Amino acid sequence: MTTITADHHSDHTHDHHDADHKPAFFQRWFMSTNHKDIGTLYLIFAIFAGVVGGAISGLMRAELAQPGIQYLQGWANIQHAMLGAEPASLDQAYHLWNALITAHGLIMVFFMVMPAIIGGFGNWFVPIMIGAPDMAFPRMNNISFWLLIPAFALLLGSAFVPGGTGYGAGTGWTVYAPLSTSGSAGPAVDMAILSLHIAGAGSILGAVNFITTILNMRAPGMTLHKMPLFVWSVLVTAFLLLLALPVLAAAITMLLTDRNFGTTFYDASGGGDPELYQHLFWFFGHPEVYIMILPGFGIVSQIISTFSKKPVFGYLGMAYAMVAIGVVGFVVWAHHMFTTGMSVNVKMYFTAATMVIAVPTGIKIFSWIATIWGGSISYKTPMVWALGFIFLFTVGGVTGVVLANGGVDDVLHDTYYVVAHFHYVLSLGAVFSLFAGFYYWFPKMSGRMYNEFLGQLHFWVFFVGVNMLFFPMHFLGLSGMPRRYPDYPAAFEKWNSVATHGYEIMAVGMVIFFINVFWSLAAGKKAVGNPWGEGATTLEWTLSSPPPFHQFETLPVIDDAAHH
Amino acid sequence: MNKVKSLVLAGLLAFAPSIAMNGQALAQDNVAAAAAPAADNAAAPADSAANATEAAPVAKVAAPPRMKPTEGIGMPKPGEVTLQEQFTSTGHTARWLHDKMLLPLIFAISILVLALMLYAMWKFRASANPIPSKTSHNTLIEVVWTVLPVLILLVVAVPSIGLLADQYKPAPKDALTVKVTGYQWYWGYEYPDAGIPEFVSNMLTEEQAKASGEPHQLAADNRLVLPVGRPIKLIITGADVIHSFAVPSLWVKMDAVPGRLNEKSFTIEKPGVYYGQCSELCGARHGFMPIAIEALPPAQFDQWVLSQGGKLPGAAPAAAETAQAAAPAAAPVADAKL
Repeated sequence: MTTITADHHSDHTHDHHDADHKPAFFQRWFMSTNHKDIGTLYLIFAIFAGVVGGAISGLMRAELAQPGIQYLQGWANIQHAMLGAEPASLDQAYHLWNALITAHGLIMVFFMVMPAIIGGFGNWFVPIMIGAPDMAFPRMNNISFWLLIPAFALLLGSAFVPGGTGYGAGTGWTVYAPLSTSGSAGPAVDMAILSLHIAGAGSILGAVNFITTILNMRAPGMTLHKMPLFVWSVLVTAFLLLLALPVLAAAITMLLTDRNFGTTFYDASGGGDPELYQHLFWFFGHPEVYIMILPGFGIVSQIISTFSKKPVFGYLGMAYAMVAIGVVGFVVWAHHMFTTGMSVNVKMYFTAATMVIAVPTGIKIFSWIATIWGGSISYKTPMVWALGFIFLFTVGGVTGVVLANGGVDDVLHDTYYVVAHFHYVLSLGAVFSLFAGFYYWFPKMSGRMYNEFLGQLHFWVFFVGVNMLFFPMHFLGLSGMPRRYPDYPAAFEKWNSVATHGYEIMAVGMVIFFINVFWSLAAGKKAVGNPWGEGATTLEWTLSSPPPFHQFETLPVIDDAAHH
Repeated sequence: MNKVKSLVLAGLLAFAPSIAMNGQALAQDNVAAAAAPAADNAAAPADSAANATEAAPVAKVAAPPRMKPTEGIGMPKPGEVTLQEQFTSTGHTARWLHDKMLLPLIFAISILVLALMLYAMWKFRASANPIPSKTSHNTLIEVVWTVLPVLILLVVAVPSIGLLADQYKPAPKDALTVKVTGYQWYWGYEYPDAGIPEFVSNMLTEEQAKASGEPHQLAADNRLVLPVGRPIKLIITGADVIHSFAVPSLWVKMDAVPGRLNEKSFTIEKPGVYYGQCSELCGARHGFMPIAIEALPPAQFDQWVLSQGGKLPGAAPAAAETAQAAAPAAAPVADAKL
C-alpha cells in the first residue's frame, strides 16, 4: 500500500546503542512506557484470560453434553467447600450455572478479545504502521493495561462472595435489571459492576491514546488515506469505545445506586423502568460487538493483501465501509430488545436499520475476495486463518440478517440460534482474526518463526472443532432451545452432544497452538525483518525482528508516489 | 390500537396487591389439591373452582380430560434441524419468510462467497499465477456489490415489515383476555373476562412427567387452557424480575417485565398441547419454569371455564347446567397424581 524511501532502511540495520537500551526487568515490565512491551503484556494477559474463559465454556459444554444435571452439583459443592460453606442446594448449583455463563461472557469480551485485538495488536503495530516512535501518551498507555488487573481480579473474586441464590454474579453478561438489582443480593454483582467500570475506564484511556496517536503522530507523507487498513480499523474502534463506554458506565452506575443507595432508575415501583437499562446497555453493547470485530477486519485486510502480493482491492471503500459500520452500529441497538414489547413502528425501524449493516459488511467481504482475485497466493498459516475468517464471518453475518427481521426474531430471540450467530462472528470471526494476526506478527514480535506445520494443523483442527461446536446450535435454536439453560428436554440431546464433541476437538487445537508457541519461542528459526516477501508492504516489515526497543528515531518518509 | 401498551408505574401499583393475594390463596389451594388421594379424583371439584370467592356458587361442571400431547407437535423433535410446526397465522407467515425466503437467501450468499473464494484460491495460487495483477480498483464492480445487496434487502424488507404489521394487529373486542404473570420461578394465569382467578403453573418433576406421558422440562402441572379458533389476547407482565413467555409453535415470545403490561394476540388453529420455556434469564431456576398451553375446541373450553367456576361471556347462569350435561365424565384438570 505504501512504499518507503530507500535510505530509511539503513537507519535500522546498524547497531542500536541508544534505541536498544532496555530498562531492568521490574522497570521494564511493571512501569513500562514502551508500546511494544505494553502490547506484549496485553497479549499475555489476553491469553491467560482466554484460557480461563475457555475453561469455563468447557465446564458448560460438559454439563450440556446430555440432559439432566451431571456435574453442576459437584462443582457447586467444591465452590462451597472452598468457602467453608455447607454443601450447595440444587438452587445454588443452578445459580452457579448462571455465574459461569456470566463469567464466560464477560471474560471473553472484556478480558480476552478486547485486550488482545486492541491492547495487544493495536499497541504493537499502530505506532509502527504509521511511522511513530511510540504512542502519544506512553504512561497513560501503561495505566490502561494495569487497570485490567484489578478489574479481572474483581470479576474472578465475585465468584466467591454471595450473589443472590448462590455465590457469584448470575446475571448474564448483560446484567439486566431487576435481576441484577433486587434479584441479586450480596456483593458479587457489585464486584462485577466495579470490574466493568475499571476495565471500561482503561479502555477509554486506551481509546484516547489511539485517537491522539493516529491523528497526530503519523510520519511525514502518511496521510489518512495512505494509512494501512489495520490503523483505520483501530481508529474507528477507538471512536466507538470513546462514545459507547461512557454510556455503559452511566448505565451500570445507576445499577450500583439502585442496588445500594435506594434509587429507582430501573424499578417501576419507584417511577423507573427496567427497559431503560436495556436501552442504555445495548446503546453500548451493539457498538461493542463492532469494537471486537473491526480490528479483526483490519488484520485480515493486511494479511490477505500480503499473501496475495496485491494491494487491498477498493482501499477507500474498505476504509469507509468500516466508518459506515461504526456509524450505523450506533443506531441499531434495540434489535437486541425485539421481544421487550416495543411498539410496531420502533420494531420496523430497528429491523430496517439493522439490515442496512449488511451493505458495508458485504462490501468488505467482496473486496477481500477481489483482493485475492488475480493475486499470487501463498498459503502460509496467517493466510489460511484469514481465509477461514472470511467464510465463517460470512456465515455468521447472514444469520444476522435473519435475526434482523423483528418478526422472525420473535421465535429466535434468546435461543441457541442467537448463540450460534454471535459465536460465528466472534468465536469464529474475531478469534480467527486474532490467530491470523498472531501467526502473522509472531515473527515480528518474537524474532522467531513459528512452526508452519503446527500452525496449519492448529488451523484445521480448530476449524473442524469450532464448526462442529457452533453449527449445531443453529438447529437447537430453530427448534426452540433457549439460552442460558443448564438442562434441556431430551429432544435437544443429539445436537448438544455433537457440540460438546466439537469443543473437545477445538481444545485439542488449542493444545497444538500452545505447543507451537512454546516450541517456537524456545527453538524457532530466527526471523528476518520481512519473512513474508514483497507482499508485506507496511512499515513494521522494514524493521528488524524483533524491532529495536525504540523505533523510528528518525521518522520514515512515505513516498508520495505510492498509490491512494 | 395496534401497539402493545405499557403502563410503567400504574401497572405495577395497581396489580401488585391482587397478584400477591391470589398467589397466596392459590398456593394453599394447590397444596390441598395435591394432597387429595387419587381415588377422589372423579368426585373432587376442579381445584381452581374451590378457589372462587365464597359468594359465587361453586360450579358443578367437570373439567375436560387432561389432553395428551402429540409427539413432535408443540414441542421440539429429537435431532430437529428447523423450526417447529406452526399453529397460528403469523406463525405460518413467519415460517414462510424464514423457510422460503431468508434460508434460501443466506444459503445462496454463503455458497456464492465460498465458491468465489475456492475458485480464486485455486486459480490464483502462487504456483499457477506467479505474477500478481496490480488491479486495485474497479468502480463498476464496487457500485454493483453495493447496490445489489441494497436491492436484495429491499426485497426482504417488504414481507418482513408486513409480518411485523400482522403480528401487531390488535385483537378484536371479543378476544379472550388472559393475564400471564412471570414469577421466580413459575407462571401465573388469570382469566379476568371469565372471572377465573389466578392459578399457578409449575414444572412437573421427571417422574411426574413420565407418569403423565409428557416431555420432562416442558410439562407443567396446571396448563394455560385456551380455546381453538377464538382470538386470544395475552396481557403479560412480570412480578419480580424479567421473564419471557415463549411458545415456539405459536410464534409467541414476549417479555414479562415488572411494571409493564405487554400484549400479544394470536388465534390457535388446532387443538393440542403446545409447550414453551422461559426465555429471559430470571435467576437460579430460569431453566425450570416451562409453559404448557392446552388448546381446546370452543365447547370443551367453555366446559373448562365452567369447571373452574368461571362464567361464559354473556351467558345466563342456566348455560352452566347445559354444559354440565354435555360434559364427559372425566378427571379434573389438576390430576392429583401430579
